[in-house]
Amino acid sequence: MCGVFFFLLVFPWFGLDIGGTLVKLVYFEPKDITAEEEEEEVENLKSIRKYLTSNVAYGSTGIRDVHLELKDLTLCGRKGNLHFIRFPTHDMPAFIQMGSEKHFSSLHTTLCATGGGAYKFEQDFRTVGDLQLCKLDELDCLIKGVLYIDSVGFNGDSECYYFENPTDSEKCQKLPFNLENPYPLLLVNIGSGVSILAVYSKDNYKRVTGTSFGNMMSKEKRESVSKEDLARATLITITNNIGSIARMCALNENINRVVFVGNFLRINTISMRLLAYALDYWSKGQLKALFLEHEGYFGAVGAFLELLNSA
Amino acid sequence: MAERGGRGTSSGGDSSLDKSITLPPDEIFRNLENAKCFAIDIGGSLTKLAYYSTVQHKVARVRSFDHSGKVRIALYSKPELLTCAVMRRKKNGNLKHRDYSVYKCVCFLFRVDKEDVMTCLIKGCNFVLKNIPHEVFAYQKDSDTEFRFQTNHPNIFPYLLVNIGSGVSIVKVETGDKFEWIGGSSIGGGTFWGLGALLTKTKKFDELLQLASKGQHTNVDMLVKDVYGGAYQTLGLSGNLIASSFGKSATADKEFSKDDMAKSLLHMISNDIGQLACLYAKLHNLHKIYFGGFFIRGHPVTMRTITYSINFFSKGEVQALFLRHEGYLGAIGAFLKGAEQDNPNEYSWGENYAGSSGLMSPSPDLCPMQRARSGTFDMFEMDRLERPLVNLPLLKDPSTYIPDTVDLTDDAMARKYWLTCFEEALDGVVKRAMASQPDSIDAAERAEKFRQKYWNKLQTLRQQPFAYGTLTVRSLLDTREHCLNEFSFPDPYSKVKQKENGIALKCFPSVIESLDSLGWEERQFALVKGLLAGNVFDWGAKAVSEVLESEPQFGFEEAKEKLQGIENHSVASCLCEGPPHKCALIFADNSGIDIILGVFPFVRELLSRGSEVILACNSGPALNDVTYSESLIVTERIAAMDPIIQSALMEERLLLVQTGSSSPCLDLRYVYQPYYITHVTGQLHFLSASHYSRLDKGLALLVRERKTDLVIIEGMGRAIHTNYYAALQCESLKLAVIKNSWLADRLGGKIFSVIFKYEVPLK
Repeated sequence: MCGVFFFLLVFPWFGLDIGGTLVKLVYFEPKDITAEEEEEEVENLKSIRKYLTSNVAYGSTGIRDVHLELKDLTLCGRKGNLHFIRFPTHDMPAFIQMGSEKHFSSLHTTLCATGGGAYKFEQDFRTVGDLQLCKLDELDCLIKGVLYIDSVGFNGDSECYYFENPTDSEKCQKLPFNLENPYPLLLVNIGSGVSILAVYSKDNYKRVTGTSFGNMMSKEKRESVSKEDLARATLITITNNIGSIARMCALNENINRVVFVGNFLRINTISMRLLAYALDYWSKGQLKALFLEHEGYFGAVGAFLELLNSA
Repeated sequence: MAERGGRGTSSGGDSSLDKSITLPPDEIFRNLENAKCFAIDIGGSLTKLAYYSTVQHKVARVRSFDHSGKVRIALYSKPELLTCAVMRRKKNGNLKHRDYSVYKCVCFLFRVDKEDVMTCLIKGCNFVLKNIPHEVFAYQKDSDTEFRFQTNHPNIFPYLLVNIGSGVSIVKVETGDKFEWIGGSSIGGGTFWGLGALLTKTKKFDELLQLASKGQHTNVDMLVKDVYGGAYQTLGLSGNLIASSFGKSATADKEFSKDDMAKSLLHMISNDIGQLACLYAKLHNLHKIYFGGFFIRGHPVTMRTITYSINFFSKGEVQALFLRHEGYLGAIGAFLKGAEQDNPNEYSWGENYAGSSGLMSPSPDLCPMQRARSGTFDMFEMDRLERPLVNLPLLKDPSTYIPDTVDLTDDAMARKYWLTCFEEALDGVVKRAMASQPDSIDAAERAEKFRQKYWNKLQTLRQQPFAYGTLTVRSLLDTREHCLNEFSFPDPYSKVKQKENGIALKCFPSVIESLDSLGWEERQFALVKGLLAGNVFDWGAKAVSEVLESEPQFGFEEAKEKLQGIENHSVASCLCEGPPHKCALIFADNSGIDIILGVFPFVRELLSRGSEVILACNSGPALNDVTYSESLIVTERIAAMDPIIQSALMEERLLLVQTGSSSPCLDLRYVYQPYYITHVTGQLHFLSASHYSRLDKGLALLVRERKTDLVIIEGMGRAIHTNYYAALQCESLKLAVIKNSWLADRLGGKIFSVIFKYEVPLK
């Protein structure tokens, strides 16, 4: 449908996931802009595009995960790259302020947002940024994002992978996993807290449980733990705990594939390997721990896809 | 263990074991000299010792010694203590017989392996669940009574046992012999302690908990409303729910208070364990989870958070339960394992309130007295009862039967009244105890010790009504009996009883004569009136004991004058209309006039009508209640005067049995079903001194055999404080005289009002 009405959908295309700790933003950079189009492109829009695509860091805290960029996607008849950007939630007011200064509202785009912050900051978006948010359910977005990214793959490689021999650092191998027939699936999202979803089809899922015991990172600890041992112990403890709860949920739901997502796993091979090992060991090989390359961005991708759908 | 702290450090220079040994006071190791079986459970933070000792109780009337077994278990905070003491004795080289048994228990200790630890824990758990009334409680946060004690259920299986020590063990228990370790977690009490120490620089576990109880976790935790600005409507998650433990501290640039961090950590770990436990319960389709381990032990803060967590995650489908004697399970189990040749499971056991310290106060500073009394020691003493106790077969529904009429843990006003009442009566009891042993040189000293002990118990109960389970008039009475017994006053009323029996026996012929001269209807009324008048003679009631002390001539006729409201009880005759009952079971109350001039004429009438009668009296003494052995003598004397009684005895139409109880109250409840059935008819004359109110198994069998169709329960203790609401399968009559003005007032009558409750079950 959006292919027909693509012209109705004005740039820029964003998807926003405002979590408790991090804001995840996906941005579609059209690469098929004609000269004519470029000429017509308003200054604001151009400057946003240039700003986002020519930098890898924004301000002191914003980061573009360049290695995750998805190239040459075709969406709604447009070709382009998908960029993945994150910054801490506590910088959200500054972000809204910037949007206001750059007259983002004049672009008449819809801002699709998910995560708790979509509710929490809705008022600020409206009053400070003169922007109307399109609020989306975070679990819907998460699942849509996962299914979409897995379907387009990771620039020709597999999005989904698993670990073989996770405990043996010599023999440990990261291998692609084909998630073509994904259902049923246990989706474990480890952000600030943990959400566990049993997914039976695209539209049929349920939240099995949640826990507040996720990415525990106290300021206190960061300072006092100059000792790597302590940090590692904490990491292992939390990971084991999540693994154990995920395993129990998988057993209760009778599901044998468990996909772990969320920013807790970003550059966190220790946890991933531990989860892989723990699931395999305690289930006597019955359960498989799977991971996705775009770890924490699926909610934002889901929100982004809703934007395209809305057209 | 006769040797005490401070004395006798050995001269050997190399012994690091010998230094700083302080053995607990005598009270802790009571009766250790008679101990024959030891079990020890050395945990990371506490050491538990169980031993079995035979205690000699004087039974005044029969002048014989009765041996009843006791198990004492003490909890120690210093694991090295016992080992040290024992090693020292060994080095001194004078191993006598009893030292040897102590030494043996240490050997046992080193042979304990991991599997045994779990086996012991489960054995102990099953044991207390079956044997100890009010062992289990649920924790209720927003209630006057934080502890909600559960009625013992005949079927305790299956259940989940979650032991939160340093780590967490989750065990599924299906039967007495079948259990399985189904899971665990490394995030447990040790994690709270360790991370707590790192975060707050507070090293002591209890202090951490104190910090936690003062803290506000919302300052540290990221809540749903911090993320959403409010509730997460679609999922129905409240805004106050924790979204991320410690989540705020990752980004906020401020110092966090120790209290807040400790609280947040406690929530995090409790929630985590609760979630895990729920998942396991769900997976195995279990609805009861018992929590134990040092993380929980006596700490309301952790009980509260665990309970909350279980309720939240299970949506109320699973119940978080706690055990009063959770800390002793391992030691009890080890003891049972070691004592298997003695068949401990074939007996019934009861908690000795005198020898046991109660459940800890929620905050230790609340009740310093109790702390001071037992120091760092907690004790749990159980008495092995000579005879297996079971429920009365005539109970309508044993699983819902609750013996006690008023729950004093709930009813603060009644609690206050009764505690005061027992305090005020204490002087009299002490005096009576002393007077009962005029020839004993240390009677005064022992009586004083008794006073102190019972007084302290009452004060403890004032502060912590839940200390020994649900507080009831029965438990207050039983505690007093246990305390009296501990200081060797097994039967303070023995002389009073003998004297009153003598007087009443003399009056018996004339009472019978005047009854026989009446017409049928008047006789039925007179019989019931006599039954009630006899029940006035109760030394347990203060109002009565004062009258009896001051008016020695106060007798049967005077008592009849006192009765209030008796004229309305023409209903009495309806009991005796219609065809005679097959067999009546009578639970008698007091010695003297009550049994002889009240109960026996009534028994005689029933016998004349062709009914059989089972007269059930207490196995052991309590107040001036008639005991089984006394009833034998009394009956013999009456039979000599009365041919009806005489022939009924000969024909076994009048049977005397013991209840198995030594309580002024009566518990008809099923508690424990032994694995085997014995033929008890030949054992009915066995003596026992079990101070528990439950029912003797022989009695239960007899009731079935004789097809009992009428139960008569007499007296305040048995028919008012307990069993007032008891529903039976057959006709029942509960009667008593209210000899307490407060209670009379509460029931809307005057003192000496009569209660006459005749119930016929719906067909």
